[in-house]
This record gives sequence, structure tokens and C-alpha cells, in this order.
Amino acid sequence: MKLVITAQGPNPEDPVDPRFGRAAYHILFDDKAGTFTTLENQGKDAAQGAGVQAAQTIAASGAEILLTGHCGPKAFQALNAAGVSIFSGVEGRVLDAVQAWRDGRLEELNSPDGTPRH
Amino acid sequence: MRIAVASGKGGTGKTTVAVNLAVTVARSGRQVHLCDCDVEEPNAAIYLDPQLGPAVPVSTPIPVVDNDLCNHCGQCAAICEFNAIACLPRQTLVFPDLCHSCSGCWLVCPEQAITQADRVLGEVSVGSAGSIGFTQGVLRIGETVVPPLIHTVKATVRGAPWVILDAPPGTTCPAVEALRGADFALLVTEPTPFGLHDLDLAVKLARGLDIPCGIVENRAIPGRDIVDRYCAEMDLPVLARIPFTRDLAAVGSEGGLLVDADADVAAAFTQLLDELVGLEARA
Ligand code: SF4
Ligand code: SF4
Repeated sequence: MKLVITAQGPNPEDPVDPRFGRAAYHILFDDKAGTFTTLENQGKDAAQGAGVQAAQTIAASGAEILLTGHCGPKAFQALNAAGVSIFSGVEGRVLDAVQAWRDGRLEELNSPDGTPRH
Repeated sequence: MRIAVASGKGGTGKTTVAVNLAVTVARSGRQVHLCDCDVEEPNAAIYLDPQLGPAVPVSTPIPVVDNDLCNHCGQCAAICEFNAIACLPRQTLVFPDLCHSCSGCWLVCPEQAITQADRVLGEVSVGSAGSIGFTQGVLRIGETVVPPLIHTVKATVRGAPWVILDAPPGTTCPAVEALRGADFALLVTEPTPFGLHDLDLAVKLARGLDIPCGIVENRAIPGRDIVDRYCAEMDLPVLARIPFTRDLAAVGSEGGLLVDADADVAAAFTQLLDELVGLEARA
């Protein structure tokens, strides 16, 4: 199982970035191998549709789970179509977020909880 | 002469100036057409009460993906500058409200999996108010793509030598679309620091588009000279001043014409027209 966590910095010790489309980094965690890989968020400065672009990156990475702060309607729709489950309202360090997910302490998002930005 | 009446922000009296100028031009015996390009909030009709023909829908093409033909190559998403199309492992999704109809995706798709559909942006109606030709565009509620509708509004003008464009407020794409092709921009402002800040943005936009501009000071107060000082500094002419009085404010808020209510204002608009005629002769 692979997870993507939005992060303010490139390392697992960095805090979770509450934004999805405009997060500084996306950190990929392979639960089986226990490894972290940092993905630069290419679209974070896009004029519009940053969340749509990020959703494609996440889908292409093979992740099935996203841990983030908020998720807007377009990103939500794209992630849903890609079969990615979203857990929002995640705080603390990336490492803590992964632990919280492992412990089953996070709640899955069933509808968008962020405002779109064009 | 194509004159865009614009302002850096809403509420400066831009429509008032556009409408009263159109009436002044018409009364001078010239043929004039007013385009209400402020499609998000068209209200020139309130003042002119035009007879309008049927509202004609204006649409723009958007992609429709046939997911049975799509091989998820991702070329459409890669070419889309607007992130309006998402190529996902099992599905390719379109976000119509992000699409700018550039045609990139359907041209690039190697599988011919993309066809076009029409997205209605709004409606345009053409008519007249007395001898004044009139066009207005109305944006569909919730729509965010504005320029193609403004383009269509402007394209309805047939033959009138004087065209007045009531531009949308602000300095983003819609205002740019309204100003494009104008011979002159009349920028309406108020004598306040906020007013000047927004005026400055509008001046930069007009100059960036290579359109000569002049200022109309609305709600002018004797002795308050910040607009004059700014205009002197920027080498801009103040072409008309509309005084701030309670009577004029009341006329405006009831949808009346200032040029009918106040002889001084009517004279100011006649003088404004003379200035514009002079500019045209010199151009
Ligand atoms: S037409 Fe252009 S803007 Fe619209 S989805 Fe296709 S590539 Fe993107
Ligand atoms: S370019 Fe055509 S085939 Fe390729 S992903 Fe887009 S719709 Fe599918």
C-alpha cells in the first residue's frame, strides 16, 4: 500500500502541508517497504487547477491513499476517479501522520472540504 | 471612434459616464452604438430602457472524452495549460469551468477520443434606445469564463461610427477584452486615495495596450485636487468633471440621465464630446 502525504518540506520530519494542490511537496510512503520518496509538486504555482494536476501526479505514483489538510472539489473529483482515498484534517509531522493512519486514527473524507482556487 | 469607458474598480460611475456620453453623442446628430460589456453586472439598460431583440446564447467549445477510445496516453493533459483535463489511470476527466477552449486537447489526441461540446457562457441581445444602437451581454450565473462573451458583444456593432464600450471594472482578462481595439479609453475615477490607486492600475492597463486615455473625475469636490495632481504627474488630461451633489446622486440612483437633470453636467458632457471629436480629428 502506498500513501502520499502533503508536506511543507522534503523530509518525513517536516510538517504536513494543509494544502493539497499547492502543497510544497508530496511525500510518497511505501507501507510495505517502509520507505519515503519525495515528489516535488510541479503544479503548486499553477494559475488554476493545481489540485487537478496534483491529483494526476498522485494517481500516477500508484498511491491509493492521500493524507492532507484540505481537499477542494475538483481535486476530490479527480482523486475519486483515480480510486484514491482521502484523509483530511491531518496535522503534525509527516511521520506522525503516517503513524496516525496506521493506528486507524484518521477519518476518511466523503466530500470536498476545501474551497477551489482558480 | 471606439471609446472604452473603464475604471480600475466598480462603483465609480463608469456606466453613468458611458450612458450619458452615448446620449450626448446621439443628440449631437452622430450615429452611436453602446455596448454593455460589463456582462457580470450589465446595467446600462436601466438608464436607457432599450428595445431588445431575442437573447441569443453564446457558447464556447469544450472537450468531451470517450473513455472507451482513450488509451490514457496523457497527451491531452500535458498540452492543457489550464489543468482543465486530468488523465487518470482508468479515466480521463474534463473540468469544463477551467477550460479556455484553446483546442489543444482535441488536436493532440492520437486516438480521436475527444469530441467537442458547447458550453453556454451567457446571452447577447441587440436592440436600440431611440437612435442609440444597444447591445448587452449577460453572463450565465456561476460562469467564470468571460472574454468570449465580451468579444461577441463587441462583434454585434454594425456600421455606427461612434461606439461606446462600457467595460467591466477591474484590470483582469474581461477588462482587457473590452478595451482591446478601442481608439481611446475614458477612465472614470473618484477623488479618493482608493480611487486613485485603482485608477493607476487602469492607466497602466490602457497604456500597456497602447490605448491613449483621459480621465473623467466623478463625484468631484471643489478644492480636492488629488486627481489633478495625479494626472499632472502622469501627463493625463482630465476631460470632464461631474460634481458630487445630493441631487445628482439621487438622479443616478433612480436610473435617470444626468444630462437631462443638470445643465452644467450636460455642458460638461458636450465639452467631453468636443474633446473626443478633436482627438479623432488629430488621430
Ligand atoms: S480546449 Fe484547451 S483549455 Fe480546454 S481542456 Fe482542451 S487543452 Fe485544456
Ligand atoms: S490524448 Fe486522447 S487518448 Fe490520450 S489521454 Fe487524452 S483523451 Fe486519452
